[in-house]
Amino acid sequence: MFSAQQSCWFVRKVICWRAAASIAWAVLLLPPTTAAFIILSRFSILHPFQWISECLSLLTSASAIFSFILLGGVIIIVGFLNLEYYTVIPNIACSKIALLGQLLHPRQFLSSLVHCIMGIIVAWCCAVTIGGRYETLGYPCVESDGSPEMCLNEYHLVLLLAGAFVGFSHSLLGVIHNMNYVSFHTVQRYKYLRFKGSLPLVVKCSATQALYSVRNYIVIYFFLGYIPKTWMCKTLNLHLNSSLHSLDTIAGLLDLCLIYHLWISATFLLFTWYITLVLFRIFVTEVYSFPVQSSFTEDSHQCLPKVITEKQPMILKFLALQDLALLSQHAPLRRSEVFSLSQPGGHPHNWNAISKECLSLLSDLTQRLIVYHDTVATNGRAKPLSTGSERKTSSDTSGDDPFTPKSTPLMKTPASVFTRSVVGGPQSPLTAPFTPDLDSPFASPALRRLTAPVGQCSPWHDTVQSPHIMRRGPKLWSTSTDSHVNGSPQLSPASVPSPKQEVSKPSLLAQFLQNRKEQVKNFLAKRVLIMYLFNKLPEASSQALFADSQAHIWALEGLSYLVQASFSEDRFGVVQTTLPSILSSMLVLQEAVDRHFKLPHASSKPVRSSGTMGDCHYKTLRFALRATLKTAIYRITTTFGDHLSTVQMSAEHRKRLQQFLEYKE
Amino acid sequence: MCSLALFPPPLPSGHTTLCESNNELLSGASSEDHRLIQVSQNKLGINKSLKLHSRTESSSKAAFLDHSETLWMRSAAAWRDGGFTGLLNEITNSHTEDIFQILKICGCTLALLQWVSSFHGSLFPHLTLSSEDMIAEFSQVLNWPDCVVRAFAWHPHTDKFAVALLDDSIKIYNPKSATTPTLKHRLQRSVAAVQWKPLCASALAVACQNCLLVWHVDPCSLSTRPSSGCAQVLSHPGHSPVTSIAWSPSGSLLVSASPMDTAMMVWDVAAENCVPLQRVGGGGVTFLSWSPDGSHVLASTPSLLFRVWETRMWTCERWPCVKGRCQSGCWSPDGSRLLFTVQGETVIYALTFTDAPGTSKGPQAAAVVADLSETTFNTQDGDITVGGEIQSLAWDPKGERLAVLLKGDAQAADRPPVIAVFKTRTSPIFELLPCGFVQGEPGAEPRLMQFHPNFQHGALLTVCWSTGRITHVPFYFLSAGVPHFGLNGSPSLPRPQERPSDFANHPTFRFVVWTPEEAS
Repeated sequence: MFSAQQSCWFVRKVICWRAAASIAWAVLLLPPTTAAFIILSRFSILHPFQWISECLSLLTSASAIFSFILLGGVIIIVGFLNLEYYTVIPNIACSKIALLGQLLHPRQFLSSLVHCIMGIIVAWCCAVTIGGRYETLGYPCVESDGSPEMCLNEYHLVLLLAGAFVGFSHSLLGVIHNMNYVSFHTVQRYKYLRFKGSLPLVVKCSATQALYSVRNYIVIYFFLGYIPKTWMCKTLNLHLNSSLHSLDTIAGLLDLCLIYHLWISATFLLFTWYITLVLFRIFVTEVYSFPVQSSFTEDSHQCLPKVITEKQPMILKFLALQDLALLSQHAPLRRSEVFSLSQPGGHPHNWNAISKECLSLLSDLTQRLIVYHDTVATNGRAKPLSTGSERKTSSDTSGDDPFTPKSTPLMKTPASVFTRSVVGGPQSPLTAPFTPDLDSPFASPALRRLTAPVGQCSPWHDTVQSPHIMRRGPKLWSTSTDSHVNGSPQLSPASVPSPKQEVSKPSLLAQFLQNRKEQVKNFLAKRVLIMYLFNKLPEASSQALFADSQAHIWALEGLSYLVQASFSEDRFGVVQTTLPSILSSMLVLQEAVDRHFKLPHASSKPVRSSGTMGDCHYKTLRFALRATLKTAIYRITTTFGDHLSTVQMSAEHRKRLQQFLEYKE
Repeated sequence: MCSLALFPPPLPSGHTTLCESNNELLSGASSEDHRLIQVSQNKLGINKSLKLHSRTESSSKAAFLDHSETLWMRSAAAWRDGGFTGLLNEITNSHTEDIFQILKICGCTLALLQWVSSFHGSLFPHLTLSSEDMIAEFSQVLNWPDCVVRAFAWHPHTDKFAVALLDDSIKIYNPKSATTPTLKHRLQRSVAAVQWKPLCASALAVACQNCLLVWHVDPCSLSTRPSSGCAQVLSHPGHSPVTSIAWSPSGSLLVSASPMDTAMMVWDVAAENCVPLQRVGGGGVTFLSWSPDGSHVLASTPSLLFRVWETRMWTCERWPCVKGRCQSGCWSPDGSRLLFTVQGETVIYALTFTDAPGTSKGPQAAAVVADLSETTFNTQDGDITVGGEIQSLAWDPKGERLAVLLKGDAQAADRPPVIAVFKTRTSPIFELLPCGFVQGEPGAEPRLMQFHPNFQHGALLTVCWSTGRITHVPFYFLSAGVPHFGLNGSPSLPRPQERPSDFANHPTFRFVVWTPEEAS
C-alpha cells in the first residue's frame, strides 16, 4: 500500500513532509512533557525543596539525555505507524466477527507487536527516571543461607509489563475506536490554535485511558503475574527474594504508591503517543491550495481539475475536494479561473472536469443508496437479479466509457464492498475480508450475491431482466447517454446485458451445496454465541454506507457555491450547460437519501462518546450530508429563483424543485 | 454627524406611526384613521392582555414541606442538584454532631471556594448574577423578564415568523397556513433568542437557559404541537445560559454565546459537534452578530472589550472600549461596515472593514456617526425628553434604514423608550440622516424590533410592544443603491411607489397588527 502511494507526487512532496513536520514537533514537545512527568512522578509534599532540586539535577543528568534519545526514537516510530496506517475513510465493522477479524489481521498484529515493544521501552525510561526501587531489573541480595546473589526486582518488572500492556491495549483500542481515521473539520483554524484547543482533551483522554488500562493490568497481573516472573528468573538466572512479599498478591498490589507510579507512567506514555497522533491529524488535514490552472504544461498534473479526478491516494482527492469547497466560497479570483475558457479553442475544460467529477461522485452515492435500499427493502428474498445486474453492468461499462461520469469501483468506499471481486485486493487488505456485513452468513443473500465473483456458477446470472429494473430503468438510468436534459444523471444503460452474464445454468451439485449451506446456517443460527458474533450491529451498515461522505459533502458545497457565484460571475455561461444535470443529480440524490432515512436505524443518533481519542465524526456524516444536500439545493433555488423555470428537466423533478422554491421541503 | 435635535418632534399622545411614504412618516390619530388597525382590532379583540396566561413558572420548592432524610441521602441530592458546592453547603449546614470532623473540613473548603469565587466575581461582576438576571442583563430585548414577547425571528426567505412567549413556548405564524405550531420542550426555559436557519425551510435555533435547541418544524405538517423529538438538543458543559445565537448566512454553522463561558461555540448542527473558540479575556460572550456576507462575526463580552472574528480561519481582532461594554451591533448588508453602541454612552460608532483579503488589518479606530444624547421636544402634551442609552440596533437588509431602540427611563414618565429611525447613505460618505420616531398606541413601549429580511418595496420594521402586540411598520422608498445580489437571489427591481392605502391588499400585510392572544 505504501509503495503504491509512494509513486504519487503528492504523497512524496506534501504528505511525507507534513508527517515529518508533525513528528518533529512531537519530538520537540518531548522535553517539557518529560519534565512534567518527572516532577509529578517524584512528587513529595513534605520536602518541596529537595523535590525540586532532585528533579532539576535529574533533568540534566546523562541518563535523562539517554532517555530522551530513546523516547525520541519511539515517537518517530509512532509517527511512522501513524503515517502508514492512517485512513480518511474509516473501516466500519458491521458485526462482532468483522471486528474480531480486523483485530486478528496480520497487519494489525504487527502493529500491536511494535506498540508492545515501544511500550516496554517507554516504561523502561519511566523506571529509570522515577528511580528508587524501580531502577534496575536485578539487585544484590542475601539469601537465607548467607550467600550474596542477584535477585529479581519485581517493581521494575511490573512497570515494564505495564508498559507492554498499555501499548498493546492502545493498539487494540485504536482498531475498535477507529483511531487511525483522520477526519476533516468544518471550521478551519490555524494549526497552533487547533493544537492548543485539543490539548485539554488529550490530557483528559490519556489520564482516563491510563486509569482503565492500569486497572485491567492489575487484574491480569494478579492472576497471571507469576508466569513472566518465573520466566524472567529462569532466563536471566535471577532469584526471588523470599523476604519481600511478591507483588501478585492483594497486599502487594494495594500499594498506593505503586499504583500511582503505574498510572502516571501510563499517562505519560499515552500522552506522548496521543500528541503525536493529534499533531499528525492536524498537519495532514491542513488545507492545501491547488492551482486551478497552470501556465506550464509540466505542472498541469498538479492542477485542481486534474487532481480531483485522481483515484488513488484518497487523501489527495479529499484535500482537492476540500480546496474546491473553500475556493468556491471564499476566492473570487480562483473562481473566475474555474469559469474561464481555454485559450486556444475556448472550451471550459476546468469547469467540465470539476463538475463531471463532482456529479460522478454524487451519482455514485445515489446508486449505492439505491442498491442498499433495494436489498434491505426486499429483505433478501426477491429480486436479487436486478441489483446484481445493475452493479455488474455499471462496473463493466464504466471502464471503457470515459464519458460516463462514474467512478464506482475505483474509490475505496463501502461501495467497493459490493464489488469486492472487482475492486478488492490491493487497496484495502485490511478491510477486504471483513468490512460491512456481507461476510456474515446471516446477511441477506441478495447482498452476498452481489459480492460473488463475476461468472460464478450461480442461478442468478440469467439474462432475464426483472420487472423491477425495467420499470425503474428509464427513470434513473437514461438509456441515451447524451441526454442531459431529461432529468436523469448519465448512467450506463442497464438494459444492455453484458456477455459475461451469460453463464451456464446451475448444476445439480451446486443446488445440493446450496441446500447444505442453508442447513448449516440454520443450525448455527440457533447458537447464541455465533449469533452474537455474526449479528449485524445496528446502524453500522448505515454508517458504512456513508463512510466517505465527506467527499460528497464537499462536492455538493463546491458545486452549489460555484453555481451561486455563476449567477453574477460566469461571463461565458459555462455553468448554464451543466445546470440541468447538476439539479437533477442533486434531486435524485435527495430522493435516495430521504428514502434511506426512512429505514430503521438510519435516523437514530449515535451515542456520543467523549472520552476517547477516536474520532466519531464518521458516525454523523450521514446527517451532515442530508443537511448539506438540502442547503445546496436551496442555495441554487434562492439564487436563481424563477429563472429555474426555463431550465429543462423532467416533470417529476420540476415538481420537486417547486417545493424547494416555495420553501416547503 | 446626526443628532436627535434634527428629528421631527414625536407624535402627540394617541397617535401611532403607520408607515413611511414620500419621505415622511405618516401617523394616525385614532383607529378610525386607519382601517387596517380597525379591522385588526375587531378581529383580534385588543383589550385582552397576554399577561393573563403568561405566568412565569417560578420554583415550586416553597410549596413543599421539609422532609428529614439522612445526611447521605441529602448529600446525594445536593450533589445532583448543586454539584460540588451544593454538596459542601449541604454538609456544612447539617447539624448532626456525629461527624464533626467532616463538617469542619467541608466548612473550610466551602469558605475557600467562596473566597475564590468572590475574587473571580469581583473581576467579572456578571458571574454573580443568576441565570435569569444574566439573560435580562445581556438580552437585546428591553426589560426582558416581564416582556410578553421574549424573542422574535422572521424567516429569512418566507413570510413566516417565530415568537417566543413569556411562558417558554414558541409559536410559529405563517400567513399561508392556517396552523400555528406551538413548540414546547422540557429544556426550553428562559428563551433569550430565536433564529431561523438560512437556506432551510424548517430549522429554528432557540437559545435556552441550559442548552441550545434546534427545532425542525416541517412547513407542510398540519400538527399544531410538534413533538419534542423534532428538536435537537445541543449542549456543552459550562455553556449556559445561552444569551445569543447566530447562524452563518450560508446556513452551515451556528455560533452560540454564554456570558458564563469564555469560549464561543461554533456548532456543526447536523453532526451535533462543536468547536469551542476560547479567548480568555472578557469573562464571557454576550452578544453575537454574523455579518450578512458571512465574513465576520461580532462577539461582545461583559467587560470593556469586544471582538470581531473573521470566519475564514477564525482569528479575531480585539476592540477595547473605554466606557462600557458593547451593548448591541449590526452590520451593513455587504458586511463592510459595523455599527455598534456602548453601554453608558449615547452615540453610535461605526467601523469599516475593507474587503481586500490579507492586505489590511481593518480599521484603526471607530468613528462616531450619530449622537443620541437627550433632547427635549416641545409638544402640545408638554415636554418630552428623548434620547439616552441605546438598547439595540437594527439595519434593514437593503441598508437604507437604521432603527435604534432607546432605553428611556423607567422612572420618569416623560422619558419613554422610543424607536428612532435613521436613513443611511453610503456615498459620497457614510452618514445617517434623521427619519423620525416610531411610536405605538398610548401606554405601549417598544421592547424588541426586527426588519423583515426580504421586503420588496422598501423596509418593513416589526416591533414587539410591551402590551404583547406586534406591529409592522413599512417604510416605502426607492432603493438608492445598486440592486443587491446575495442570498436573496435575483435583483429586486424597485417597483413604483405604492400608495399606503394599497398595502392592505398585499399578502405580506394580512397580519399587520397582531397579538399573541389570537392563538390562545
